[in-house]
Amino acid sequence: MREIAIELSGISKSFGPVQANKEINLSVESGTIHGIVGENGAGKSTLMSILYGFYMPDEGSMRVFGEPLDFNSSEKAIEAGIGMVHQHFMLGEPFTVLENIILGAEGGFMLSGAMRHARETLLDLSERYGLTVNPDAVISSLPVGVQQRVEILKALYRGAKVLILDEPTGVLTPQEADALFDILRSLKEQGTTILLITHKLHEIMDVTDRVSVIRRGEMVGHREIAQTSPEELAEMMVGRKVLLEVDKTPAQPRGTALSVSGLNLVDDRGVQRLTNVSFEVKAGEIFGVAGVSGNGQAQLLEVLSGMEAPTSGTITIGGEPLGRTPNEVRLQSMGHVPEDRQHMGLVTAFPAWESGILGFQASALYCDRGAMKTGLIKEEMGRLMEKFDVRPPNPLLGTAKFSGGNQQKIVLAREIDKAPDVLLVGQPTRGVDIGAIEFIHRQIIAMRDAGTAILLVSVELEEVLSLSDRVVAMFDGYCSDAHVTADMDERSLGLLMAGEFDRTQTGGMAA
Amino acid sequence: MEIFELVFSLAQSTLRFTPILIFAAMAGVFSERAGIIDIGLEGKLLIGAFVSATVAHYAGFGLVGLFAAMAVCMVFGWLHGLATITFRGDHVISGLAINFLAVGLTKTIGHSLFAKGGDTPNLAGPDSTGWERLQSLIPKQVLIDAFPGLESNKALLNVLSLHGWLIALAFIAVVLTWFVLNQTRFGLRLRFVGEEPQAVDTAGASVVAYRFAAVTIAGALCGIGGAYLSTSNIASFTPKMSADMGYLALAAVVFGKWRPFYAMLGCLLFGLLFALKNRLNSVNEGFLVQIPGQLFEALPYVLVVVVLAGFVGSARAPKAIGRPYVKERE
Repeated sequence: MREIAIELSGISKSFGPVQANKEINLSVESGTIHGIVGENGAGKSTLMSILYGFYMPDEGSMRVFGEPLDFNSSEKAIEAGIGMVHQHFMLGEPFTVLENIILGAEGGFMLSGAMRHARETLLDLSERYGLTVNPDAVISSLPVGVQQRVEILKALYRGAKVLILDEPTGVLTPQEADALFDILRSLKEQGTTILLITHKLHEIMDVTDRVSVIRRGEMVGHREIAQTSPEELAEMMVGRKVLLEVDKTPAQPRGTALSVSGLNLVDDRGVQRLTNVSFEVKAGEIFGVAGVSGNGQAQLLEVLSGMEAPTSGTITIGGEPLGRTPNEVRLQSMGHVPEDRQHMGLVTAFPAWESGILGFQASALYCDRGAMKTGLIKEEMGRLMEKFDVRPPNPLLGTAKFSGGNQQKIVLAREIDKAPDVLLVGQPTRGVDIGAIEFIHRQIIAMRDAGTAILLVSVELEEVLSLSDRVVAMFDGYCSDAHVTADMDERSLGLLMAGEFDRTQTGGMAA
Repeated sequence: MEIFELVFSLAQSTLRFTPILIFAAMAGVFSERAGIIDIGLEGKLLIGAFVSATVAHYAGFGLVGLFAAMAVCMVFGWLHGLATITFRGDHVISGLAINFLAVGLTKTIGHSLFAKGGDTPNLAGPDSTGWERLQSLIPKQVLIDAFPGLESNKALLNVLSLHGWLIALAFIAVVLTWFVLNQTRFGLRLRFVGEEPQAVDTAGASVVAYRFAAVTIAGALCGIGGAYLSTSNIASFTPKMSADMGYLALAAVVFGKWRPFYAMLGCLLFGLLFALKNRLNSVNEGFLVQIPGQLFEALPYVLVVVVLAGFVGSARAPKAIGRPYVKERE
């Protein structure tokens, strides 16, 4: 039996009426990689924030290497050897790597001594764990994967013996994620204890030794990785059997519904966001656009939905040139489920029935010579919410009061119900529970089978691979050739996402 | 050499204006680098000017006025901190409130004390000891009384009396600001507080404490700037004498991209524009066509807009500026 690095007992924490953690027990052996899985909003991050002294729990106690530790002090947690790599990096972007690393561990009033010491330590750490990074580089100039290394180095510089990583791969390419896991393994070999929080089961299976599953704030069980399976873990997370595979028949593509050729976009600041993007989406197929967030997918959706005018290039929908405003585009039977539902898809301060008609408020369906048909709209929304399994199906409830998955269903209901010829879908399952993901995927496939051309933008590799019939990857504003998804796997698509494709070609037209 | 004289007098005039801008700009740098928008620089300058002139009048010592101005301006800094940091109010509204308060309070209190429509008594009155003003650290009259030979040697007298020491202090303040921000632990954390406050919190330091420290320093610097305005540059307070220089200083901060030396360059530039304005106004008589004086009056402000629009295209403010720090739940 190894030493116990971290022992939590009876941790409870509520935020107002919401019980985020309920009597959680957890013990982590030192020198192991311990996974914590759960759906979004299950309370994983709250638990880790408590561990790191960021929140004060209502009840419970904690021991680190056998010593009891007070809560509510990050300083004490750091002292006890706990280091945390947050989901959203806590790095000052205009500052150098070195400045970020010494923050909070300067050791004295003057910085110069700390800088010298940090530089030496950094060199040593780089050699030991393969964490190479230039200490004088400015954070904003570094790729995300390297920024994450800086976060890890920050923790190690403070002498962390236990490293907590909160959803570390959300922003990484598969290759970067592999590199991260190599680093974690080498840290483990040299005695560091690692707590890995994620909602991705394959990561748990790949890299951890043991796993604890959390559901709705409660710990539902602990498993040795060697003795469990993704199916069992998924069931524990959701509380019922979940189909991990998307069930769909081969596509029956027909004529071209949406055609994009030679699209370029230079933004207000003069940055080229899209370069020579060309592809065609056929009716009755799901066309996937993979890529790490921030490689031009957002701009592509903005251009296609009429929110932004392209600098050059042509787009046609059903043979006609694309309208110039979102309204014109909507009238050409194009639906749009935006990437960022909170800001672009819904008005969270409005009740659901108002959010549910956004974009269609002027159509004769809902509006009679300038007056809203409020009674009819509410009735209609109630029906839609039942149909799309929005919980609770109450059109009068404020949009902000619905969970992420249910908000997304409201947007989908609004767009899908109009039976558009072309549907743009951005990150359909971002921040959505596994149970709701299943439902949303089924809806998208049903749309496809009904003959809609669907353009699916997602940063979730598995989602793109399992849903789309053909797929492209975007990198730095360039778009790869289209590939039949059945011929692709995580590795080959990952390479495309890392920009390993011929960028001199027009792209997107093959296959 | 008429041209030489013109340049010299312009430089001199620029030097007289600039310290006010520099003190306020350094206050702005501290405040804004910590994430607090400080539009109340203007009001604090005015309050500093009033307090220093009033206290110097009663105490008979300019230095006492200076310290009183620093203290009172710090209190107004805390007021801004209370509104923006503690109660998470809007930074611009709170700053504007301070500016309104400043205009009203100084005039009202000034008038009730001295019954001169808000003006304070001239510090260099007939029975002046010379200690009331901040022009020289040691009054010239005191030195002359001690060493009568000095009266004829103006240059030596200026040196010995540390004439214009506040002007020098303004430039020293720039170096100190740079040093504190870039070379000390305090400065590093302060910069992070304005950029990525969560990083400071998770590193185990208090965001609130650093922000309050920043508004305190900003208050003190505004106090010095105000004292220079009313007790060194001239010898009394008049209502609204800060004449929007607090806003100009804020513009200089943006011009300098929140960095002390560049902000100082901005202050010098704006100071020169003011000097030019006064100079052009006084030579206006000689022109063939009478140009309305108002045009010259407006010149510095117009040029400030041009300069800001033309040169500062890609200024990037501290990321967390104007945003209250709230520990977020997942």
